[in-house]
Formats: sequence, structure tokens, C-alpha cells
Amino acid sequence: MEENNSSHSPHESEDPKGSSRRNFLRNIGLAGVGVATGAAALYSGHIFEAKKEVSGDQKVLLTQDGKLVQVDSLEIKAMEKTGVALHEAEGREGIPGRRWVMVTDLSKCRNARKCISACQDAHQLRPEQYHMNTLQMQDSPATAPFNIPKNCQHCDNPPCVAVCPVDATYKRQDGIVLIDNVRCIGCRFCMAACPYSARIFNWIEPKDAANRMDQDYNVELNVPQKVGTVSKCLFSADRLREGKLPYCVEACPNGVYYFGDENEDAVTNGTTKETVRLSKLLRDNAGYQLMPELGTKPRVYYLPPKNRLFPFEEATDATPEKV
Amino acid sequence: MDDNKLTFDKITSDLTHHIRINKSFLIWMGFLTVSLLVCLYAYSLQLNTGLGVAGIRDYVTWGLYLANFVFFVAASLIGMLISAVLGLIGMKWLTPITRIAETIAVAFAAVAGLVIISDMGRPERLAYVFLYGRPQSPILWDVTVITTYFVLSLLLLFLPMIADMAIIHRKVSTLPSWLKPVYKVLSLNFTDQPEQNKIINRAIRILLILLIPAALSIHTVTSWLFAVTSRAGWDSTVFGPYFVSGAFVAGSAAVIIAMFFFRKNYKLQDYLTDVHFNNMGKVLATVSLVYLYFNINEFLVPGYKLKRADAIHLQELFAGKDALLFWAVQIGGLLLPILFMLFRRFRKPLPIMLISVAVLIAAWFKRYLIVIPTQEHPFLPIQHVPQNFVHYSPTLIEILISIAPFILVLIIITLISKFFPVIPLHETAREKGIDHIKFD
Repeated sequence: MEENNSSHSPHESEDPKGSSRRNFLRNIGLAGVGVATGAAALYSGHIFEAKKEVSGDQKVLLTQDGKLVQVDSLEIKAMEKTGVALHEAEGREGIPGRRWVMVTDLSKCRNARKCISACQDAHQLRPEQYHMNTLQMQDSPATAPFNIPKNCQHCDNPPCVAVCPVDATYKRQDGIVLIDNVRCIGCRFCMAACPYSARIFNWIEPKDAANRMDQDYNVELNVPQKVGTVSKCLFSADRLREGKLPYCVEACPNGVYYFGDENEDAVTNGTTKETVRLSKLLRDNAGYQLMPELGTKPRVYYLPPKNRLFPFEEATDATPEKV
Repeated sequence: MDDNKLTFDKITSDLTHHIRINKSFLIWMGFLTVSLLVCLYAYSLQLNTGLGVAGIRDYVTWGLYLANFVFFVAASLIGMLISAVLGLIGMKWLTPITRIAETIAVAFAAVAGLVIISDMGRPERLAYVFLYGRPQSPILWDVTVITTYFVLSLLLLFLPMIADMAIIHRKVSTLPSWLKPVYKVLSLNFTDQPEQNKIINRAIRILLILLIPAALSIHTVTSWLFAVTSRAGWDSTVFGPYFVSGAFVAGSAAVIIAMFFFRKNYKLQDYLTDVHFNNMGKVLATVSLVYLYFNINEFLVPGYKLKRADAIHLQELFAGKDALLFWAVQIGGLLLPILFMLFRRFRKPLPIMLISVAVLIAAWFKRYLIVIPTQEHPFLPIQHVPQNFVHYSPTLIEILISIAPFILVLIIITLISKFFPVIPLHETAREKGIDHIKFD
């Protein structure tokens, strides 16, 4: 055994020498290639950096998945049309962490109807198409008549969403009920199911349809409106995404509307821009909901028309033309 | 044996002599086709312009089309009552009526599916119901059960016809030559072997049993399209049985009318006798009484309490805008017919047919009264909208589009009854004591 080992050992001692020489040469070659490549990369990187212009103007952008990122303004390029996909994805999710809520103070509403026109302008609606409509109501002959702005109640148990056969109308995590008019088949079951008559239908080609043919559909604005589909109040979901108050809330000259986030327990008056505690506002003024006995759990609260700032006047509205 | 042979030949010729293309058939079909084309033109206007060509608007959003849909589903239910319920109990006199009932069931069920498309704002998105269907929506249930019921009814129409096809194909010499191969294919090589009869009879029995839950489902689910909402007039727990019993009334009336005209036009006096009309009159009277019972429940109970929205709704029906129509339908289409039908003389073919026409027309207007008035009185007031939003009145285009399904039903019934024996041939022969038919 030992003899065998000793006879092998000289041979082995010779071999490493030869291989180390080869390895050395190979390593040098490799290093040379590596250095050359690295240098080339550095050089080309340098050229690239030198070529690139930097404006120094950093823009903060919101990515599709809701992250804020900082990008140089020169890096911003106009995108190809994405169609409805982008709006649909974020429009179905809602704004995370929010629970939008509206408070309508009936003691302040004098049927100015500014909310209605602002809403109709924003949502491509004809004069007889109401997402928001101010009604004149009287509970019983002995009680006082009052004006009541009525929009979609964005119910937490929405009967319209339950009956929709194709998931065209849906409830979002931020409490808003929306309609996707790319999906809607126009069966109008949601309109039959809604106890607040909050939904309208595009019976004919919508107003100004020809000029909006090429416009991308925004599900949070429901524009362009489409013939043969249902529409309704969206709590101005597009404005909320920009951190602004809804169109109607902003347009009211009389301080009727408060709008805000239930999670923050804060609502802001659209006219005075005063922010108050939601719970305190409802408690102090005996806030209530429309037909809560139906179990729909509305997200719109009303403050009763007490201590009115002005007398009730019969509405002398010009009824829209026959359509 | 000779007697049997004579009888069999007579039965065969009596029940099949109408299977030929004659002038009156061509004129009738031509009339139906032209009328259908006019209605289809009206529908093309709706397709181009939108549902706005109809009188429906934001408050009364379901109009004639939906009333029509409910009516068609209702009329189709008769297949289940005649064939399944009464048939399984073992009522022998029904034999000559079963195919008429099944034909009506198939025609109305098939067309009901089309009617609902005329009510869609976006009919081109029909496939979305299958692509994005949500099982929470009663519309999905409706689509499912109507399709099921249609397939079951079609099979139930076809299976008893296999033997008839075989007989016609081999024994009837007067057939138009181009029809012969059609019957040969449809006869599925039936040769009246005991084994074949056993298979067919078992299949029919299974179908009859399956038909009962399917039929109950289609009209119960259709009633739920309304009853799942909280609106006054629709928010009712008896809506399911109310609709089902009403459907039997409409369907029985339709069968009696069809019996009358088949008997007259196809000379079937020996097969559809006064006895059959008398018995069908009793059936119609019975289901009308059941329907009356549900009507009392439907109106008396909310009428006693007079909850705010219910009170407005009932006021309009009983004494308001819809009162004339309401009482005409309830008295002329339900109370008076029941009274008349108690007497034998009014269950003779002509009077019972006339009563049935009144009942069927009233049945359609009853659907109108169920669907429309409720929507004219929502919980919150209708204000600041044009007058035509407040009160619904159908437009001419809408009426034409609503007539189309009736024409389609007539076309289907005409074609089925023209090219197939109206009365089950094989079964009738068996009941006359002809046990086995020899095929060469």
C-alpha cells in the first residue's frame, strides 16, 4: 500500500505545478476580459449619463397600484391610450382606508338647484337627468314642507348591487356604489330595486355624445355616458381621488352639504369649508337616514329642517321638455 | 283483427290528413310573416335609437316588454299542469290534449326568452349574463330555470312523437315527398317493440316528474324579479303562488282556445269532444278559484293595514287612474268566468272558448297591472321631470315590438301543429285497443 502511495506522490507533485500555471494564465485572461467589459460598461454609462438631460424638476406621481413615486419631469412621457382597463381596475377598488359619507342639512336648503346644474355639467346629463334632485316634501298635513336634495344613498346594503346580473354596479371598499357602463346590459333591475329612485337611464343617445366619442371612459365619472345603460350619483369619485369635494357639495351656495370620511369622523362643509366632527354633527342635530326601516343602511345622513333660515316656497321650476 | 285494422287506418288518416301544404296554410303563414316583419322593423328602430323609442322612462322603467315577459312565462306553465300534474295523477281523458299543452308550453317558453331581449338597453351584451353572471341576481336564476324548462318541454313534446313519426313515415301515403325523410330521421327507427315502448315510457315519466319543480321554479323566480324589491305592490310574500296560480289560469285558457281551433280547422270533432271541453272548463274554473283566493290575499291584507305606500298603490288600483282596467280584469276576467263556468252549458266548446278568450286577454292586462302601477308610485315623489316620466303610456313602436312575440308564438304553434299530429296518434290507437302496430 505504502509503495503504491509513494510511487504516485512524485507524479502528483508535478501535476499541480503545471495546472497552476495554466490557471494563472487563464485567470489573467479572464481578468483582462472583465476589466475591459467593466471599463466599457463604465464608459458607456458615462456617455449615457452625459447625454441624459436632467431638468431637476421632480414630479410626484401616483402609480396604478396606489404608490407615490418621484420622477423627473423630463422622464414623463405621454402614454398610449389604455382604454377602460386602467380606470376599471382602480375604479372597482375604491380609495383605501376611506369610508365616504355625506350629511345634508335640510334647514339650509332653499332649492337653489346649483348642486343639480354642477352635477349635470360634470356628468354629461340632460336637464331631466338627475343624479341629484331637490324634492319638495311634506310628511303629513300638519308638518312643515321642506326641500330635500336626494341623490344615491350609497347604501351599505345596496339592493341595486344585489340584483345586478352582470356585476355592472358594485360596492367599493370606500363605501361608494358605482356603475360600469361598459358592463351594464341595460336590464334596469337595479332601477326597479332602488327604493330611493336614485337611478336614471340613458333612453336615447346622451347629451353631446358625438363630441365625446373618442374620450376614454372614466368609471369614477361615468363619462362618456352611453345609450342603453344606467347612471346615477357617484359621490364624485373622480374628485375624491384628487382630494377635492364632490361637484354638488362645492357648488352649494347655502351650506347644505357636509362631505367627508367616516373613518376620520370628520366632514367638511362645501360652502364654508368648515370641518366638523361627523358624530357630533349628527348627534347635536338629530341626524337621520332616509327609510332606514328598509335595511339599506344609507351613507347619506339628513339633518332635520328645524330653525329654517328662510320660509318654504313652492318650487317654481321650469319642468324639462318632454324627452 | 279487421275491426282493429279499420279503426287504426281511420285514426291514422283522421289525425294526419291535415299534414299537407294547402292554400289556407300559406295565406295564414304569409300573413304572420308580413306582420312579423313589420314588428321587426319597429325593433330595428329601437336598436338604432335606444329604448327611448318606447314610452318607458326613469320611473316606470319596466313597461309592456316586462308585462309581456311575465305573460309568456305564465302561459308556458300549462305544459306542467296538464301533462305532469294531471297526467301523473292518471287522468285518461287528457290524452288528446297533452300535445296541445306541450306545444303551447314550448312555444311560449321559447319566445319568453326572446321577449326579455327586447327589454334590454344593450341587447348586444346578452352574452355578459353568461360571461359575468352573478348567482346572487334573480335574473341568473330566471335564465337557468327557463332554459331548463324549455329543454324539458321540448323533450316531452318530442318523445311521445317518436312512435307517431314512425307510423306516419310508414303508413301515410299522402305525405309531401320532401317530408318523408324528415319523419324517418325523427322516428329514430322505432318499430313498436315492447322494449322501445318501455324505454320511451320510462323517459317520459322521469321528464314529467322533473317538469314539476322546473315549472314551479320558472314562474316563482319570475315573480321574485318583483317580490325581491321593497316597492309597494311588489313587496309580497305570496307573489310566488299568486303568479303560479295565475299562470295556470292563463295557460288553461290558451289550451282551450287552441283546442277549439284545432278541432274546427283540422276536423278533430271525434277526438276533441264536448267531454274534453267540459273537463277543461272544470280545470279552468278550479285554477281560477285558486287564483281568486290568492287575489284576496294579495289585496285584502295590505288593504286592511293601509301602510302609506300600499295605501297610495291600492287607491290608484281600486278607485284611481287604473281602476277601470283593474275592475274589468278582476270582474270580467276572473269573477264572471268563474260564475259562468259553474254551469255545464257554458262549458260547451263555443261558450268555453269565448270565456277563455276573455280570461286570456284579462290575464295579459293583469300582468300590466302588476308591473306598471307600482312604478308610478315610488316611495319618494316624482318631481321636476317631464310629464311623460310621471305617467307611462306605451308608444306605437313599443306596441308593435310587443306584438311580435305573439306572432312568433302563433308561427311556432302553427308549424308544430301543421307538420305533426295535434293529437298523439300512437297513444290514441293504444287506448282504442290496438296493442301492437305492425311495421312492414
